Amino acid sequence: MTAPKTLYDKIWDAHVAHEAEDGTTLLYIDRHLVHEVTSAQAFEGLRMTGRTVHAPDKTIAVPDHNVPTTAGREDPAQMTEESRIQVQALDTNAKEFGVHYYPVSDVRQGIVHIVGPEQGWTLPGMTVVCGDSHTATHGAFGALAHGIGTSEVEHVLATQTLIQKKSKNMKVEITGKLKPGVTAKDITLAVIGETGTGGGTGYVIEYCGEAIRDLSMEGRMTVCNMAIEGGARAGLIAPDDTTFEYCKGRPHAPKGAQWEQAVEYWKTLFTDEGAHFDKVVTLKGEEIEPVVTWGTSPEDVLPISGVVPNPSDFEGGKVDAAARSIDYMGLTPGQKLTDIEIDTVFIGSCTNGRIEDLRAVADVVKGKKIKDGMRAMIVPGSGLVRAQAEEEGLAEIFEDAGFEWRLAGCSMCLAMNPDQLAENERCASTSNRNFEGRQGYKGRTHLVSPAMAAAAALTGRLTDVRDLI
Amino acid sequence: MEKFEKLQGIAAPMPLVNIDTDMIIPKVFLKSIARTGFGKNLFDEMRFNRDGTEIEDFVLNKPQYRNAEILIAGDNFGCGSSREHAPWAIADFGIKCVVSTSFADIFFNNCFKNGILPIVLPQEQVDILMSDAEKGANARITVDLEAQEITTSDGETIAFDVDAFKKHCLLEGLDDIGLTLEKKASIDAFEAKASAARPWV
Repeated sequence: MTAPKTLYDKIWDAHVAHEAEDGTTLLYIDRHLVHEVTSAQAFEGLRMTGRTVHAPDKTIAVPDHNVPTTAGREDPAQMTEESRIQVQALDTNAKEFGVHYYPVSDVRQGIVHIVGPEQGWTLPGMTVVCGDSHTATHGAFGALAHGIGTSEVEHVLATQTLIQKKSKNMKVEITGKLKPGVTAKDITLAVIGETGTGGGTGYVIEYCGEAIRDLSMEGRMTVCNMAIEGGARAGLIAPDDTTFEYCKGRPHAPKGAQWEQAVEYWKTLFTDEGAHFDKVVTLKGEEIEPVVTWGTSPEDVLPISGVVPNPSDFEGGKVDAAARSIDYMGLTPGQKLTDIEIDTVFIGSCTNGRIEDLRAVADVVKGKKIKDGMRAMIVPGSGLVRAQAEEEGLAEIFEDAGFEWRLAGCSMCLAMNPDQLAENERCASTSNRNFEGRQGYKGRTHLVSPAMAAAAALTGRLTDVRDLI
Repeated sequence: MEKFEKLQGIAAPMPLVNIDTDMIIPKVFLKSIARTGFGKNLFDEMRFNRDGTEIEDFVLNKPQYRNAEILIAGDNFGCGSSREHAPWAIADFGIKCVVSTSFADIFFNNCFKNGILPIVLPQEQVDILMSDAEKGANARITVDLEAQEITTSDGETIAFDVDAFKKHCLLEGLDDIGLTLEKKASIDAFEAKASAARPWV
């Protein structure tokens, strides 16, 4: 009898193309997603060495980081010269090397991590990589998915493999049920608050437990998306009927007999009873509250009922880091989080730019108006999410409430396009990083769920959404 | 790739924990389609005022650390994005070795692709090197990859671990892709087997 395996062990074992004696492995890559910011140098490397793309059929390109999200963006004048060069380079490279491609003009364009699952490129049991750390998102399908650097992008383009050493196994279990007003975003932030941003370093996390099983695919993608913020190589959730239901009928999902064959295989993708985890973290779902970040690291998480901490509450190097964060964020220790006034609300990103996120926002803001003077934008994760939100009447609710309703892209999550915070502007954001300068030079970011962002847009301060529902 | 064998140089102390890739190279500088020229923007928002003048008390602006080739850094260095522009900027500035108690996974891998040696050591040993670095330009630290040994300016030696394959590639300045393509037969055989077992992939 073979030793019990984790889900990670199983996917790893199914993708070993070559293993050296010291464990250095060539891991075969099933899907390679490509965007404009981290790929140009890799394609150029292929040209300089006379190499080709090994598997163009498994390579999917879409521009997302730089693209404007305002109407009329097909006009290149909307982009800075440098952004235009990057987007045009992707266009040229995608066509020259013959990879699948969704240009800005295509309704299916959007954030690469939203487009992949939406089009059925991401399926259970696969290995998925992209030159972007939030590739972790795809782990929601029980796919081993992680970010890589540009040299590795070139390596995957040329060989369809990555040189890897296996990570350790970590289990994050969320037991019980979530309370009303608490979402997948609160789960994933609460976990990082517990483990710290380095807590997952060297591990692949498997999320499990009743609260995880109860999540939709959208929610599971939100949870896995931020595995990287906890330092993990990847986050995984075992596929189940919720997963199969989501995948079925997608353009690049298998059909007919092959679908049946695939599902049969996917049903073997779970952690065996008794399999070994090197680290285990357990949170009680019913104890998780809506959370916000107060500092400049995603580990700076507190329930909305809390107060800004004092640097002396921490130990070691975190004392100085916390003092620096509090100063950067313009806060005072002891200040109630619900007293923090905000100027801007950003709803979108690969963390929270899916249809369910937009529905959660609509539930909070329907028939209401955002606070006077508030800048609030909603940036759907893809053209298809945008179309669906319009069909469901959500866009009308947003515009009536005073939100800007944008076109798809990464937008203010990393502010490489014109959507940026001004100096000292304070934002409630559904994105994934609150680093210094992330959303604009000296901009201040509080990470929250879509429902919490919606609540903040209405009141003009960080707000417990449970007070409004 | 440039080889890394033995380095004797000035070490700059950066004890702040969780130095992220947005600090190392802010996104406004990611718009180049080249691999070079990022060094002038390394740690841009910590290093320069908005008007381009230097922030005096930032470590790499201090006269004794301007030519640093080694960085002694706080825990969880390089967390955040996968941007290889971070190690490109570090290498372009002239830094060839970073020492910390831990590194973010993707950043750690990216270093090895660019001739940079990231070294993980326990807190006590990082503390020793941090104190040594704080002595300034006269305190030169030696990093010997072949021997896997760091020597402080006082002659104290500290051993470090490094993955054997990564060490080999750094010492020889090898191109990963060329090495992998030598195993093309294994990749082709895997592909044939996998597409029979999982034809939908």
